[in-house]
Amino acid sequence: MKSEILAIACVALSLRSIVSMYSFSGFDSPPMYGDYEAQRHWQEVTINLEPIQWYTNSSNNDLLYWGLDYPPLTAHHSYLMGRIAKIIDPRFVELHRSRGFQSRSHKTFMRLTVLLGDVSIYLPAILGVCVCIDKSFQCKSKLFSFMLLAAYPGQMLIDNGHFQYNNVSLGLAAAAIAAILHGKQYIAAFAFTLALNYKQMELYHSLPFFTYLLAECIAQNSFRLFAVKLAKIATIVLATFFLVWYPWSGSLQAVAEVLNRLFPLGRTVFEDKVSNFWCSLNIIWKLKQHVSNHHMALVCLGFTLISSLPTNITLFRKRCKMGFLLSLFNTAIAFFLFSFQVHEKTILLAALPTLCLLTWWPNEIILFLDVSVFTMLPLLERDGLLVPSLACVLIYHLICKCFCSETKPSSELKAFLNISKIFMIVIVGASLLIKAPSRYPDLWPLITSVIGCAYLVLFLVWGNFRHSTCTCRTVKIKSM
Amino acid sequence: MNQPNPMILNKDCFWQLVGISTGLKILLIPANHSTDFEVHRNWLAITHNLPLNRWYFDETSEWTLDYPPFFAYFEWLLSQVAKYIDPRMLIVENLNYESKATLYFQRLSVTAMDLVYVLGVRSCMSALGVVRGSQQFFAGNLMLLLNVGLIFIDHIHFQYNGFMFGILLLSISALLRQRYLWSAFTFAVLLNFKHIFLYLAPPFGVYLLRFYCLEQASAQGGSFWRCLLKLLAVGLSPFVVSFGPFWQQLPQLMSRLFPFKRGLTHAYWAPNIWALYNTADKMAAKLLQTGPSAGPTTTSGLVQQIEHEVLPTITPSMTFGLTIAFMLPILLKLFKSSKKQSPLMFLRAVVLCACSSFMFGWHVHEKAILMVLIPLCLLTLVNREDARHAYVLSIAAYFSLFPLLYDVDLYVPRYSLYLSYMAMLYGQLYRMFAGFKGFHWLEWTYMLGFMAIPLYEHVLSHLLGLDKRLPFMPLLLTSTYASLGVVYFFGRYYMYAMGLNWWPQGAASKATATYSSSAKRKRKTK
Repeated sequence: MKSEILAIACVALSLRSIVSMYSFSGFDSPPMYGDYEAQRHWQEVTINLEPIQWYTNSSNNDLLYWGLDYPPLTAHHSYLMGRIAKIIDPRFVELHRSRGFQSRSHKTFMRLTVLLGDVSIYLPAILGVCVCIDKSFQCKSKLFSFMLLAAYPGQMLIDNGHFQYNNVSLGLAAAAIAAILHGKQYIAAFAFTLALNYKQMELYHSLPFFTYLLAECIAQNSFRLFAVKLAKIATIVLATFFLVWYPWSGSLQAVAEVLNRLFPLGRTVFEDKVSNFWCSLNIIWKLKQHVSNHHMALVCLGFTLISSLPTNITLFRKRCKMGFLLSLFNTAIAFFLFSFQVHEKTILLAALPTLCLLTWWPNEIILFLDVSVFTMLPLLERDGLLVPSLACVLIYHLICKCFCSETKPSSELKAFLNISKIFMIVIVGASLLIKAPSRYPDLWPLITSVIGCAYLVLFLVWGNFRHSTCTCRTVKIKSM
Repeated sequence: MNQPNPMILNKDCFWQLVGISTGLKILLIPANHSTDFEVHRNWLAITHNLPLNRWYFDETSEWTLDYPPFFAYFEWLLSQVAKYIDPRMLIVENLNYESKATLYFQRLSVTAMDLVYVLGVRSCMSALGVVRGSQQFFAGNLMLLLNVGLIFIDHIHFQYNGFMFGILLLSISALLRQRYLWSAFTFAVLLNFKHIFLYLAPPFGVYLLRFYCLEQASAQGGSFWRCLLKLLAVGLSPFVVSFGPFWQQLPQLMSRLFPFKRGLTHAYWAPNIWALYNTADKMAAKLLQTGPSAGPTTTSGLVQQIEHEVLPTITPSMTFGLTIAFMLPILLKLFKSSKKQSPLMFLRAVVLCACSSFMFGWHVHEKAILMVLIPLCLLTLVNREDARHAYVLSIAAYFSLFPLLYDVDLYVPRYSLYLSYMAMLYGQLYRMFAGFKGFHWLEWTYMLGFMAIPLYEHVLSHLLGLDKRLPFMPLLLTSTYASLGVVYFFGRYYMYAMGLNWWPQGAASKATATYSSSAKRKRKTK
């Protein structure tokens, strides 16, 4: 059993390292390049400037050229990697001069830093989730779920292909989920705060964590215990925040500057073509012409809260681990559909809680995972990652096919799943074979995103339905 | 509704595994390949452009055609497709040409030819009597279809071994099904694709002579000579088709196929007895303080004749003699084995003959170890003692392939693929054989000792500043340390197969477990 877990982890690592051989976002495309250059640039900025200057526009730090727009933990991470880069070859991170630096050894170095994140944070964290699910719900699907979590193509293609470090923030969030399942609320609070400080997108997961921990506090027998527990959690969260934000703790203005970088209200409501509600609405009703950006942000906030409230209220009233997972799933989808400034890649935040539900609804969840990769395909295609994407999806499906469940899915569900899959394959095939008319160059990405949006709405409804009918087995067993 | 819906492994997933391996091979397309890629591109060009009588004479590229004619015909067939993909790859003078289309075409041609291998695996599994859906079935498919050695050599390094081993497995399966003439025919075809398989000819010859010519003939009332004639006719016909068009230039062809001008060991020492011999020679020279001799030494990486400094120099005839001498006992044992045990004995003879030639052969490539490993996969399924020995060898032998994947970007893939294969195999051993008793602590120490080599190569040598002074050290360590394991396997497995029980904890008695019962043992795992 242990050797098989090692084997699965190594399979996941080898798939990642093989995807690493392919091209990355912004390869050989001056002047702006892509996410790869952004990460390199942050290393350059963080090791050459004082922390207080990291988020401030200056002659040494042109914020218009990939200015830092992730929370301080990302910056600290970049700093650490930058130091290593400087030891290997100072040209990697020379201030100003290293802009757009690309070489084979640099690519190897950057790819290895991502793999380091996979090995040290992401893979152990998801293994933790699988083990904790097995323990909390008395099932034996550890190997199956670890295999499917570890080989999920979306995260692999974005992190090791396109180039990002979602594995760090997702890994920390997964560790927090595992801690909740294991009943270690303080560790969960700590890990989740770190995740939130790595990428502000972790807000997608924050509501269920908040609700669950609050409900956990309220469930204490006396007011004193409640206050103690709440105070402990609050202390952990605030202390972690304070540590991560220490360089800026001197002045409020510095904090405000960082916050302004993290939540850029000046940007548009969505980037490129995203499978969310606003992008789809934009086709028939041009948002920019009707609503100002600041109003739009408020509208987004309102919609997001309204759509994620029901599941969180259910969780608050009926606190249980199953409900927590479902609530994470629902909230993340709601955020993706309705929040402000959404990227294609943020679907990964919805994919993480989805993966945790594999043990219960394998068929539906695999459809969701397909949809998530499907919506990212236009992005991956632009990066020259079409072949590895399709190969990874193929491998993933065949791995799923190596397993079978004892309870067969109903025939209607089966028909729906098959039709959906064929439909997506047809769209992908058509987008590759038929060239979009010159009047609408973005036709295929747009079609992809509308279809993706429709599926996500469907999943949001499905998830809320599942949550409202959830019977919360584990809590009952305890109380009996 | 919120009950967990546990998914269980479906052990009857042959085609899924085929698909997974295909997907993996497609993913590996951009992986750094060796000069063998150019070798095969050059052969495509030669066979496509030149008349038949120039094929074995052309020397435009240094990578001249040195495989038997069937392989040349195969390259010609491929070139018929290639001309529609990118005609420029077919220009003989276009050395080191590598367009994206060429890369995809050559890589995908290897993947497509692996279909023969898939058929071979399928056929061998059923010939061995492995029940579909059993743990053995799953483990066998996993081991063979996702064989890490083949992935390293074919899909990263670049060669067409999967295709070759596919034919070998088809030939073995035909023999196990007692379709002797068919087996002889496919094996002869294989020899005309790649002549290195000549090393496996003795067990095939002995088996066919004994159980076809002698046994079957007497059973069916036919005469021995008639059967022998039939066998020879079937076995020689592929040679006629293959070498026929070249009969006027046979000496030239033979000099290409058997170049004895090369040295005892390859640039990188294959982990065999000569690696140990060379190391001993080096150490002795160091100890005796003999001055550095002029001319190339064994580690200089040149493919040339080498002289040992202290120990006697080895000649080709000595290696040949040793190889034959070590093949004889097991062949004799095969000849004398009973009909019931003979298939198991035959597979062991194949493994040991391949291993003898690997141990003592002249200018052995590290890739040749696959000839031992692939048949061993079959034995792993049917007997737990064989499986135990096979595992020790696998640890050493697959590790010894690493120097082929020397590119920096291949470091992580090579270690992780190797580790996942080994860990998976370890798990399968315990699932296949209830109460599998594991390994001796010395074996464990040896196997875990392999971790020291990457540690030295990637960390210690840089810290100690040895990477510039002793750049060949990791290679030397890999081949000598792995050769210890191969020698150990060879000795122990030979004893075990011969039924000799002199080893302290040997379990040679189990070697005689009847073939049918072990092969058809079906275990249900929950």
